[in-house]
Amino acid sequence: MSFQKIALIGNPNTGKTSVFNRLTGLNQHVGNFPGVTVDKKIGKLKSENGSIEIIDLPGTYSIYPHSNDEKVVFDVLNNATHPDHPEALLVVIDASNLERNLLLFTQVYDLNIPVMLILNMSDVAYRAGREFNHEAFQKRFPGVPVIETNARVGLGIDKIIATIKNGFTITDFRPVIENYTLKLAIDPTSQSEETAERYKAIQALIPAIVNFKTSANKKIKVNRLDRILVHPIWGYLIFTVMLLLLFQLIFSIASYPMDLIDAVFSKLSDWFTDILPAGIFTDLISQGIIPGLGGVVIFIPQIALLFLFLGILEETGYMARVVFIMDKLMRPFGLNGKSVVPLLSSAACAIPGIMATRTISSWKERLITIMVAPLMSCSARIPVYTLLIGLVIPQQTVLGFFNLQGLVLFSLYALGLVSALLVSLVMKWIIQSKETSVLMLELPEFKAPRWGNVFINLLEKIKVFVFDAGKVILAVSIILWAMASFGPGDRIEMAVQQIEKPNTTNADSLAIYEQQISSIKLENSYMGIIGKTIEPVIKPIGYDWKIGISLLTSFAAREVFVGSMATIYSVHDDGDTNLGLLEKMRNEKWSDGKPVYSTATGISLMVFYVYAMQCMATLAIVKRETKSWKWPIIQVLYMGALAYLASFTVFHLFS
Amino acid sequence: MKKTLADVSIGELVKVNALIPSPVSSKLLEMGLYIGQEVEILFKAPFGDPIAVNVGGYVLSLRLNEADLIVVE
Repeated sequence: MSFQKIALIGNPNTGKTSVFNRLTGLNQHVGNFPGVTVDKKIGKLKSENGSIEIIDLPGTYSIYPHSNDEKVVFDVLNNATHPDHPEALLVVIDASNLERNLLLFTQVYDLNIPVMLILNMSDVAYRAGREFNHEAFQKRFPGVPVIETNARVGLGIDKIIATIKNGFTITDFRPVIENYTLKLAIDPTSQSEETAERYKAIQALIPAIVNFKTSANKKIKVNRLDRILVHPIWGYLIFTVMLLLLFQLIFSIASYPMDLIDAVFSKLSDWFTDILPAGIFTDLISQGIIPGLGGVVIFIPQIALLFLFLGILEETGYMARVVFIMDKLMRPFGLNGKSVVPLLSSAACAIPGIMATRTISSWKERLITIMVAPLMSCSARIPVYTLLIGLVIPQQTVLGFFNLQGLVLFSLYALGLVSALLVSLVMKWIIQSKETSVLMLELPEFKAPRWGNVFINLLEKIKVFVFDAGKVILAVSIILWAMASFGPGDRIEMAVQQIEKPNTTNADSLAIYEQQISSIKLENSYMGIIGKTIEPVIKPIGYDWKIGISLLTSFAAREVFVGSMATIYSVHDDGDTNLGLLEKMRNEKWSDGKPVYSTATGISLMVFYVYAMQCMATLAIVKRETKSWKWPIIQVLYMGALAYLASFTVFHLFS
Repeated sequence: MKKTLADVSIGELVKVNALIPSPVSSKLLEMGLYIGQEVEILFKAPFGDPIAVNVGGYVLSLRLNEADLIVVE
């Protein structure tokens, strides 16, 4: 008798993930549980007669749900017709904390589903003077195999595999709590009564199944590290240093692979343009699909580095301490200590930031964090800020030693952060939720990271981004390309013919001609037409249609604004100093002779970029994480409205 | 006024006496805070909230408003 489908269940921090990773290795993928936002991790265990599917159920202390997402475990186990209902369960418990862990085991046992008990970290328990009495346990729970493991080093995993292959089933079923059915226990009062009764039963059980070599000692000595990490000064200081390290990692190290990816994809584009016959199909490949794919791949270095770093912090137990010291500060804003790292990571890039909100157990707090994360100024805004600051903010010193340009850049970042917190505050009142906000977080002991877990988790994040969000990003890139490449009828051809081709072989003149062609093509494309059409709408915030076009094209990614401006002004995008572009922009005049890029317009545009949701990749990941288009649409609308109002205000303040 | 876990100082060993009924009572219970459980506050976050509590051999962090639902003796 062998199983086809089994599930892993256990408390958080028991090493359940390690067991799962040891059993399935890289043979795992992420799927959906219907109706909830938690991901379903499924792995395959190879055996002689086919493979056995293993579902990694979310870590939980009890099978009773306290949130919509926690309901998954309850539904899967309670409903025998549920598509994920397992034939057998592996309960992973922390052997050094039997009492609390046995609660979940006895709940599962009472369901009378074949169950195996995995005593992980039994070495720690042994050192603490406790030894598991297998004989006594078998007497009380016949037919429940018990396997002691140390999943960290892979000890005992082969025994688990052999036992799964042999099959097991409860014999002589005697429930811990009589007349126990999950259905009855759905109301909180009877749940509490039942849990209390269960703990009594466990307390009676423990002396029988555990041999205490020394007297039971539950005293905990506070770790010296904890004294430092939660210290009012050192704690925050160390966290700040960690953040600086994180940003250093993302900004400086990630830029190398990112530049490389950029170069490879633009080479690939050129190569396709060269080998394929000129035409729409070639343009689709070289200007639509390849840059679109590049736009997906370019995020991988940042996601990988961020999750490498966060994985280490999580595995060592440091992250729980960060949550502990930040919780009080975040609570007034409807957020949670767990929101801090996702929000601050968003200052590098909102995509990994939003993916990092998975650990927030309260749906409302997680949603608010996701909704405000893109307000944090990300690295893609830097080229836009740099161009605009160079354009309208003079290079001068204020208040003795502050560089005005630097001060403006700092203010833009501060504006993003403050707005994120204020919007959270508003959303706290708007979003209705029956869930009570709780922290109740276990502070695990400090450990060395398990690299296998860090690596597998990182791979999963990249896979989720590339395969789930990637589809949307690619589709939108192609749409944006088509809108910028085609115009109604022969409008583009007619416009191009207006420009006289220079009768010369001078490379410079030809380059200028090419730039003029690109500019006129964009101006007469659908994108250009929309940009012109919206001019009356954006004029009150100080923008002309050329800015309008760039606002639209930068939906692909914010930094596209700079390249798009360069195209419109027919200058070579040197991607660095922008000197040519700055000069052209400075000379741009409205029809009444006033310069377009006044200080007011420049500042209005910077503020617009602080607020506006101009990043399809972020929207794609928000859709992925909230499993609905509702939230990304709301995000576009509220951030757009904020952008318009704020830009309108500053434009009139500075005019 | 009943003494709750929120009133206990660091290092003082107390026993859970009752849980004040609330939406989180069953969660507190599941985390091991049943009647008779011995608890001790190990340390506190910088603003005195949340607190880190030894619950039968593991460290649980609780917000003060959660600790205030736990009557101790």
